[in-house]
Amino acid sequence: MRTLAMIKRVLQEMLRDKRTLAMMFIAPLLILTLVYFLFQSNNNQTADLAVRHVDSTLVKAVNNDNVKIHHVSSDDSAKQLIRDHDYAAVMTQKGDKLTLTLQNSNQTKSSIIKKSLQAGQVKLKNQATIATLKTQKEAIGKLQQQLTTLTKQAGMQTDAQADMSNQKNNAAKNYSVSTHYIYGDKDTTFFDAFLPIMMGFVVFFFVFLISGIALLRERTTGTLKRLLATPVKRGEIITGYLSGYGIFALVQTLLIVLYSMYVFDIQILGSIWNVLLINVLMAAVALTMGLFISTFAASEFQMMQFIPIVAIPQVFFSGIIPVDQMAGWLQAIGHLMPLYYGANAMSDVVTKGFNITQIWPNILILLLFAAVFLVLNLNAVRRYREV
Amino acid sequence: MAEVIQVTDLVQGYGKNIVISDINLSVSSGEILGLIGPSGSGKTTLINSIMGMLKPKKGSVTVLGTTMPNRKILARIGFMAQADALYETLTARENLTFFGQMQGMDTKDLPEQIDYATNVVSLNEDLDKHVGDYSGGMKRRLSLAIALVANPDILILDEPTVGIDPELRQQIWQELHRLSQKGKTILLTTHVMDDAEESDSLLMIRNGIAIAQGRPEQLIKEFGVNNIEEVFVKAGRDQDAHTSND
Repeated sequence: MRTLAMIKRVLQEMLRDKRTLAMMFIAPLLILTLVYFLFQSNNNQTADLAVRHVDSTLVKAVNNDNVKIHHVSSDDSAKQLIRDHDYAAVMTQKGDKLTLTLQNSNQTKSSIIKKSLQAGQVKLKNQATIATLKTQKEAIGKLQQQLTTLTKQAGMQTDAQADMSNQKNNAAKNYSVSTHYIYGDKDTTFFDAFLPIMMGFVVFFFVFLISGIALLRERTTGTLKRLLATPVKRGEIITGYLSGYGIFALVQTLLIVLYSMYVFDIQILGSIWNVLLINVLMAAVALTMGLFISTFAASEFQMMQFIPIVAIPQVFFSGIIPVDQMAGWLQAIGHLMPLYYGANAMSDVVTKGFNITQIWPNILILLLFAAVFLVLNLNAVRRYREV
Repeated sequence: MAEVIQVTDLVQGYGKNIVISDINLSVSSGEILGLIGPSGSGKTTLINSIMGMLKPKKGSVTVLGTTMPNRKILARIGFMAQADALYETLTARENLTFFGQMQGMDTKDLPEQIDYATNVVSLNEDLDKHVGDYSGGMKRRLSLAIALVANPDILILDEPTVGIDPELRQQIWQELHRLSQKGKTILLTTHVMDDAEESDSLLMIRNGIAIAQGRPEQLIKEFGVNNIEEVFVKAGRDQDAHTSND
């Protein structure tokens, strides 16, 4: 009953405040749109390529500094291999047919693989051409020799013809490549992989800021104290806040997901329910964190000062820069960031099609974050009323 | 008359800082007790202790026979804070409804009670205006209406008459007297000596210590002065004399 009244009040206040409402719903879309147009990044990465039954000459040609070759012989499907070992791609050969399966959740890696394969094929063709020229030269030399001999003794069978036919063996195999994508298609850009991370961050950031400032306002105007002069339970206040802002976070998430799907044409491999679940959890963490952080702020201005400390560093560890390639101590910091788990789970669902049984460790950690901050909040409110 | 609020040997403060000490007071049912003291004297701390927002450092606070702090007792206390703690984006009616529900009121009683409470403070015309558009005095009145809305047994009012014009002040006092006759217990803090004279009994606090306590006319007689203001000044001098002797 009281919780419902709390929720209703949070919603009423929010709906009256048109600007905050606009910030919560339009600003994320604006940011995503900007990012969509801005983001065309390329950096030095190494892509893992698994090869199976591929001619060693081709493998050798494809290999370069940006590609790490793994030889596999198992009969698992390419999809399975990628899922188990996180290969950027798997290449399989049958006769002259090459099948390239790209994970494609990191488009930079996909393009490295594709470029390396192309370069490899060109290299092989060049080698073959050189070899052919060499054979032809030899053959011509032989023919000339034979011609001179023929002038001396006519009617001899030459083996130059046989040499000529040998060229076939030296010529480059004309591999036909068929490419498969696990996530997205050939039009998938970096943005597609970036989006799930962005989605998580945007929800986190706005919920953190708005809920934090809302509770802060409640503190500075004295309404929190006034509220605690009623028989309301501390838990009811926090639950009211959680549910009220949770509803907004849910609407925000839906808006972002639908906008991404229909405007940017983003493909979501996993279940959309998992996407919503992760976002709602992210919102819960942001909410409890925002409410808690606001305890340490005396004004809205001080609340804003927490953004560079609390919100921005989360972005660095959200997977935009691959965390597993960071220094050990940096990775340790990354593991303290809720967004690291949220963005990880989100990327897994959106780009790899993971289901709930595969993302549950991340989900669990997010729940844990929310629970810890919830308890901290209940204790922080104790400052105002000791029961 | 039963003791509704009983404070015994209360010592209260924040951290190591002692704000009030050795406060004894009892308010019986239907009584109006005025707390008088300069700002910073510890009136609000005493009120916070009675409301159970703070645990007593020493001594005890009992409200309606229950030792405070106790969350459930708060349902029977109507509170008006010193600062107007209102949701400015909401209308007066929404504020009243929200706090009424927080107080644990039945939804079906709300319209009638809102009508009554706003009548007392003459706000019924502006009930559907946003509180952000209210004047300072109107906000004060709305705060009082919020204290009244749940028909509580006890009213605790922190500076209820600040910023309220004399005519309305009289109207409010009429209502407070009417409520006390109906057996409601009222505790209020004030700077205004007129308010003090309207109270049934007084507790004067200075520097966290009770310097005088009793019925207004009894205090005037005891100190041999003409009005409450002079009682306060004289009691204050006595206190200074005592402390400098120590």
